[in-house]
Amino acid sequence: MMNYAITADIPDSNDNIVRQMQDSMRSKTSDSSADIKMTAEGVSVFYGEEQALDDINIDIHSKQITALIGPSGCGKSTFLRCLNRMNDVIDGCRITGRIALDGEDIYAPSVDVVSLRSHVGMVFQKPNPFPKSIFENVAYGPKIHGLAKTQDEIEEIAIKSLKSAGLFDEVKDRLHAPATGLSGGQQQRLCIARAISINPGVLLMDEPCSALDPIATARIEDLMWELKENITIIIVTHSMQQASRVSQHTGFFHMGVMAEVGTTEQIFQNPVDPRTRDYITGRFG
Amino acid sequence: MLTTNKKRLRKRHRAETRFRAYGVLSLLVAVGILFTLIYSIVTHGYSAFYRTTLLLDIELDPERIAVSPPYSRSALMQGRYSSLVKRGLYALFPEVTDRRDRRELTALLSPGAELAVRDYLIDHPDSLGTTIVLEVPMSSDYDQLYKEHLPRSGENLRFSEQQLQWFDRLLQEGRIRYRFNTQFLFGADSRYPELAGIAGAVVGSFYALLVCFLLSFPLGIAAATYLEEFAPKTRLTRIIEANINNLAAVPSVIFGLLGLAIFLNVFGLPRSTPLVGGIVLSLMTLPTIIIATRASIRSVSPGIRQAGLAMGASPVQVVFHHVLPVALPGTLTGTIIGLAQALGETAPLLMIGMVAFIANVPATPLDASAALPVQIFLWAESAERGFVEKTSAAIMVIMMFLIMMNLLAVIIRSKTQSKVE
Amino acid sequence: MNSIQLITIFIVLTASAGVLGWRRASSPAFLQQGRSRSRAVYHGSYTVLWCTVPMIIVALGWLLVESWVIRPAVMQTLALGGVQPTANIAFQYLEIRNIATGVLPDTHASDAVLIAVERYKSLSSIASNIFAALLLVAGVSGFLYSYRRISAKFPAREQVEKFVRFFLLASSTVAILTTLSIVMALVVEALLFFKHVPLLDFLFGTKWSPQVAIRADQVGSSGAFGAIPLFAGTLLIALIAMLVAVPIGLFSAIFLSEYARPSVRHTIKPMLEILAGIPTVVYGFFAALTVAPLVVKASAAIGLSASSESALAAGLVMGVMIIPFISSLSDDVISAIPTSLRLGSLALGATRSETIRKVILPAALPGIMGAILLAVSRAIGETMIVVMAAGLAANLTANPLESVTTVTAQIVTILIGDQEFDSPKTLAAFALGLTLFCVTLVLNFVALKIVSTYEERYD
Repeated sequence: MMNYAITADIPDSNDNIVRQMQDSMRSKTSDSSADIKMTAEGVSVFYGEEQALDDINIDIHSKQITALIGPSGCGKSTFLRCLNRMNDVIDGCRITGRIALDGEDIYAPSVDVVSLRSHVGMVFQKPNPFPKSIFENVAYGPKIHGLAKTQDEIEEIAIKSLKSAGLFDEVKDRLHAPATGLSGGQQQRLCIARAISINPGVLLMDEPCSALDPIATARIEDLMWELKENITIIIVTHSMQQASRVSQHTGFFHMGVMAEVGTTEQIFQNPVDPRTRDYITGRFG
Repeated sequence: MLTTNKKRLRKRHRAETRFRAYGVLSLLVAVGILFTLIYSIVTHGYSAFYRTTLLLDIELDPERIAVSPPYSRSALMQGRYSSLVKRGLYALFPEVTDRRDRRELTALLSPGAELAVRDYLIDHPDSLGTTIVLEVPMSSDYDQLYKEHLPRSGENLRFSEQQLQWFDRLLQEGRIRYRFNTQFLFGADSRYPELAGIAGAVVGSFYALLVCFLLSFPLGIAAATYLEEFAPKTRLTRIIEANINNLAAVPSVIFGLLGLAIFLNVFGLPRSTPLVGGIVLSLMTLPTIIIATRASIRSVSPGIRQAGLAMGASPVQVVFHHVLPVALPGTLTGTIIGLAQALGETAPLLMIGMVAFIANVPATPLDASAALPVQIFLWAESAERGFVEKTSAAIMVIMMFLIMMNLLAVIIRSKTQSKVE
Repeated sequence: MNSIQLITIFIVLTASAGVLGWRRASSPAFLQQGRSRSRAVYHGSYTVLWCTVPMIIVALGWLLVESWVIRPAVMQTLALGGVQPTANIAFQYLEIRNIATGVLPDTHASDAVLIAVERYKSLSSIASNIFAALLLVAGVSGFLYSYRRISAKFPAREQVEKFVRFFLLASSTVAILTTLSIVMALVVEALLFFKHVPLLDFLFGTKWSPQVAIRADQVGSSGAFGAIPLFAGTLLIALIAMLVAVPIGLFSAIFLSEYARPSVRHTIKPMLEILAGIPTVVYGFFAALTVAPLVVKASAAIGLSASSESALAAGLVMGVMIIPFISSLSDDVISAIPTSLRLGSLALGATRSETIRKVILPAALPGIMGAILLAVSRAIGETMIVVMAAGLAANLTANPLESVTTVTAQIVTILIGDQEFDSPKTLAAFALGLTLFCVTLVLNFVALKIVSTYEERYD
């Protein structure tokens, strides 16, 4: 069991892993009925003259967690940002190929990027709460998208999101305190609450735990498990342990190409591509 | 699914477009005003670099000049030339004999005409006794008439009917020339627009900036070095730092009051001189230089300091041999920018008396002198029409100097950047 | 002894001190004493310092001799000649000096003044000879002292470095000395002014007409020094300027930092820098030559009559002058906002303008407020534009089409002409200066405080 061998060096998580492995098996059984939320076909990305991604193809399964792994600079974050067109912000970035959300091409001229991003949310590497109160952070999304008419409705959504993000109990007495006063892990959960406050169908997470300590990381991972009941999650992670713990599907990126994609179990236990094997066994990375 | 709630989205996008348009509009206004300003200055000013001259045949008669041999330079300087010029002019209009008419006729000539004859004679003493053909400056009104800055008809006309006729006749005969005005670039100020030059102001500004540089550059570097490298983190240091930042924002007119009350009245330094001007400007430039130097000292990597100390160099040696040379380009850039600001400062110079009318080019920083921005102010306040173009042209000159200084700063900055990369 | 001779003495002494010290430290006899603690160049620097520093001290002292010895003597002569010195003797003395040095013609001077001029001439020639002798003695003795001290064992480098450190420290106090002398100059003269005009009359009086009779016995017989019209005029023009500069500057900064492509940014930013680098006297000329007539024409077109020196023209042009100031400070502030906040908002499906209005500007608000305060301080301290484009008549009005005058314009017009001796009019300029200094100091202090706490937050 290669997977086990790798994660064994984290002492506190043995039980956890067994439980999650079981979960992972369980979810695999439901795979057959799962439909496809997003697809990428032949996606290539160029920054000016430089090609960052070459011919990426992947299906993202609805209400499951897909992990994107690979060595630094392999293009996994670039690909993630293509999924809600955050690359549009970068000058000179060009994308070819097709990415569809519920069968609809998100790069079609008729698609409004603002509207797209309200359906595909994102959580960043470093927690980035707005320098406002906790409440205002969560109320921001519903307000700009006009999801609520009254203050009461906004409050309702905000509390619901904070509860979903497992943060409400910790902050309910100081909803109007500055968000920047929270701890790193709390800030990141606030960012997740902020992202889910507008009911996105898909949540992109770009190494959401890389700036957090192991305890905060565990809380976020638990939260992801709960969220996946309603939301499709795609997570870019540096940690193979994390990928194996939380995801049902894994895509392995290597130097701008998708070397291998499959169920997490298959990728970690029986990788087909030699590059994947080398990476998983820790020969490079 | 991606196109739900279309109405609201359209509204949000309209807000976006509007917001963006405000930005574009603001920039257009700012840049538009810049071009309007430049256009207004250049169109008013370019003609000052030219002036109209009148071609006269002048008989250099020693008796009329009232000089006797030997014809030394000083003797020629004291000669009388006005009748020579007038005779040359009358010769062109033999029919004008009436005294009053003749006075009207001589109004065509600038008082500078006789000086032009004198200067010619001093350069060519051999031509005494011969008849020469010389271009002499015309008076400002006719200069402006030629340049079409003054109307030929209407109210408050500055010309009589016959004066206009004479002017047109001279024009037809080809006696009126339009020449590059070297006197404007190389002469000193004058009450007569057609004779006024900016050299006095340029030299005055140069001396003031020189004094300013000699004082503020070493003091600025020394202060910045102390604050960055040696100052203990004490209350005094914090006070000094706050002080420098505040000093940078004190209105310039206050520095003028300081110069007047302390340098002129208490220390009794000579009024109206570039020396005092330079001292006052240096106090204003000092904060700029200190702030720029500190920033560039701070950007020197600490590794260099440690390497120097590890070699057994003293802290002072490390700073002077290793840190300051690396920080020098940034310091120079800051200094040039500070000096460029100082070049444009007007109010403090007005108050220490550099506003006096000085008709010669200063020889040393201790001579009373004008300065470029003050000259602009003086000419701008003059009533004569001829000074409008002079003012604009002087602005073109000062802007040229400013642009050159800024280019120098940009070049230094880009050179060092490419070296670091 | 003229100044060129004195400078020559100074340079020759300095150079020879350096060369002699250096030669001694590199001479064979010196080197035989064993390995030197310092290099020869430090010994040379040491002798140079000991030679020049005493000379500089003597030179500075001489400045005081002039004001403490020659000036009283000359004024005494003047008094003996029957001219009573007035309280503000500085101007009287200046006149004598200027006549003596040929700056002013002596045609209008009275006999008493001419005698004083002669006295000045003789005294200053004696003084300059004594000065030259002192200079020589100081330089040579300082050099001899140091020359005899240097030896292989002598720590010349430590001594020189000690001096260097002291010089660095002294330089950093120049800024403080400047501030102190500003405060001193303003307070001393302003106190003299408040002897003539009570402080409250100055601060709250509504009539300003500083025309006072010139002769000393008529002092105080007329003239009104209520500064309210000046304060109102200053604020009116500053307000117009801020109404122009804040929106345009802020939107320019927003566009440049948030929307503009790098190529656009690189073209527009230098243009704004040019706008910032234009001397204020040029703006003043532009205001008077181009903008003021436009204002007159435009208001005539809508049936209003504007003064040819309207507050509007001065305010508009001052606003243009401040645009680049606000835009560059705001640009810095906005650029300091972490990109992650922008991405966070955009990822939530906010448009760019929503991100700017609801996330970036609130976060940048303290910094922008600081920038605006600095700009206000600049507007009320700006001089040349108002001197050239605003009027001189002190009208208490809120109508921007009328002519108003400002604090700075009055300071300049009062001091630009021939200054009258001991007149409250002249002193009023210093009282106005003190007021201006205090107000701008408070504004700057608050603004810098806001900006610096803001900078710390995102560092």
